[in-house]
Amino acid sequence: MPELRVEALTHVYSAGTPFQKTAIENITLSIPQGQMVGLLGHTGSGKSTFIQHLNALLQPTSGKVTYDGRDINADKYTRRDIKGQVGLVFQYPEYQLFEETVYKDIAFGPKNQRLSEAEVDERVREAADFVGVKEKYFTRSPLEISGGQKRRVAIAGVIAMRPGVLILDEPTAGLDPAGCRQILDNIRNYRDKTGSTVILVSHNMDDAARMAERLIVFDHGHVAMDGTPEEVFSRPEELIAIGLNVPHAAAIAMALRKRGVQLEGSIYTHEQLKAAVCRAKEAGVC
Amino acid sequence: MLKDITLGQYFPGDTVVHRLDPRTKIVLLIVYIVALFQAVSWWSYALVAFVTVLAMILGHITPKNIFKGLKPMLFIIALTALLNVFYTKGTPVVEGWIITWEGIGRSAQMILRIVLLIAGTFLLTYTTSPIALTDGLEKLLNPLKKLKVPVHEMTLMMSMALRFIPTLIEETDKIMSAQKARGADFETGSLMQRAKALLPILVPLFVSAFRRADELAVAMESRCYHGGEGRTRMKQMKLQGIDYAAFALGALFLAAVIVLRHFGL
Repeated sequence: MPELRVEALTHVYSAGTPFQKTAIENITLSIPQGQMVGLLGHTGSGKSTFIQHLNALLQPTSGKVTYDGRDINADKYTRRDIKGQVGLVFQYPEYQLFEETVYKDIAFGPKNQRLSEAEVDERVREAADFVGVKEKYFTRSPLEISGGQKRRVAIAGVIAMRPGVLILDEPTAGLDPAGCRQILDNIRNYRDKTGSTVILVSHNMDDAARMAERLIVFDHGHVAMDGTPEEVFSRPEELIAIGLNVPHAAAIAMALRKRGVQLEGSIYTHEQLKAAVCRAKEAGVC
Repeated sequence: MLKDITLGQYFPGDTVVHRLDPRTKIVLLIVYIVALFQAVSWWSYALVAFVTVLAMILGHITPKNIFKGLKPMLFIIALTALLNVFYTKGTPVVEGWIITWEGIGRSAQMILRIVLLIAGTFLLTYTTSPIALTDGLEKLLNPLKKLKVPVHEMTLMMSMALRFIPTLIEETDKIMSAQKARGADFETGSLMQRAKALLPILVPLFVSAFRRADELAVAMESRCYHGGEGRTRMKQMKLQGIDYAAFALGALFLAAVIVLRHFGL
């Protein structure tokens, strides 16, 4: 199984100038294939810098990133190949759409991979299907469709390269609740069907709680916490000290416990909260 | 990589030079350039250089700042110097050589002239915020309004352009990264291929520039902007004692250079 490994990764911006700034420092972690990871951290915590190292957009000042045992920065060919294996969807990806039609825009990635016409066509249809972009949109201009549709086309443009690791930076930012749900469902569906690793960068704790199997919390360029949602959300004080939040359900559970309601188990999703409150009610503790 | 471009960057400060009225500084820059082109001998160059260094000291601008700005001009400076070395007639350095003593002297003066010219311009932009600069320009060009020249509109466009250069650079950087993540290749291939590869950057950049322009227009309109007619300013520009003193010094400086030239020095 391929694995994404990061060893002692450090990145310093504008090294040697007065504007020198260490964005991330000495980060070591590994992400096994197929894991759904939530990457949390406030603005400027280094998470954007970190994810740009995972597909060799940024080169480390020191340290190493390997995928499937290969150093991704070995030479310019691996640096190019890795872009197709580790797909990165930037924040507000709809601003990168440029082609005349939706179809051509989704095909941009696979075409850069020098695939045959037939292969490109297959990838485009598959990717569009994953994000729920219907065929009737293929001939439309990507600039005249709705905001949510644009976002999905842009994500499809990265999925079309069939990356083994899909990284999404705030994929739901600026979307309405229905749009958010849809995108998150699409992403989960993609992971389940292809077995890809998914790294979800988010501010939204509820999204992270609902989606991720593992949470990595960044703070000032370091990994502050790394564990399952249960482990991470069981330390709400630390999260708040970092400047993050806890999921609504966890906050409610915390408030209830403070008032003497005995709720069992770790609670960070709405379902868990509901179940725990029901159990407490049956037991007659409130 | 795009962030390294310095475009007349402003260094905030509170020195005499910073406090001068922007109009004064613009006029003095013109005086300075005229004086620089009047300089013919080493003496007059020395005087101009002295004034430049004095202004730099007063404005707390270090030579390092100036040289950072000079970097992109190095090629032009080198080319000018080379041409002057080879194309000036006079006594050869070594018998039979094309290089002459006069040529060397002349190319040294040319280098000095360009460096001083750039240094003077940088002194203005380093010590004057872009807003103050365009305000000053508008005031100076005010008489042209009588000739139906849209001075206010022009200077407004200028300050907006200055304001949006960093934003657009950042945006270009972002779009480039996003397209690289989709496997776009900007570094290899023939000239034609590379020109084509720019399309995925330029289209989104233009789209977003238009969107920004649109948003800016709406934001201005919703704050009742209706052109320069009858518009008042929060910061009124007023010439003060130091401005008059600076004018006097500027006039003296120009006179000195012209006198030196008159005596062939």
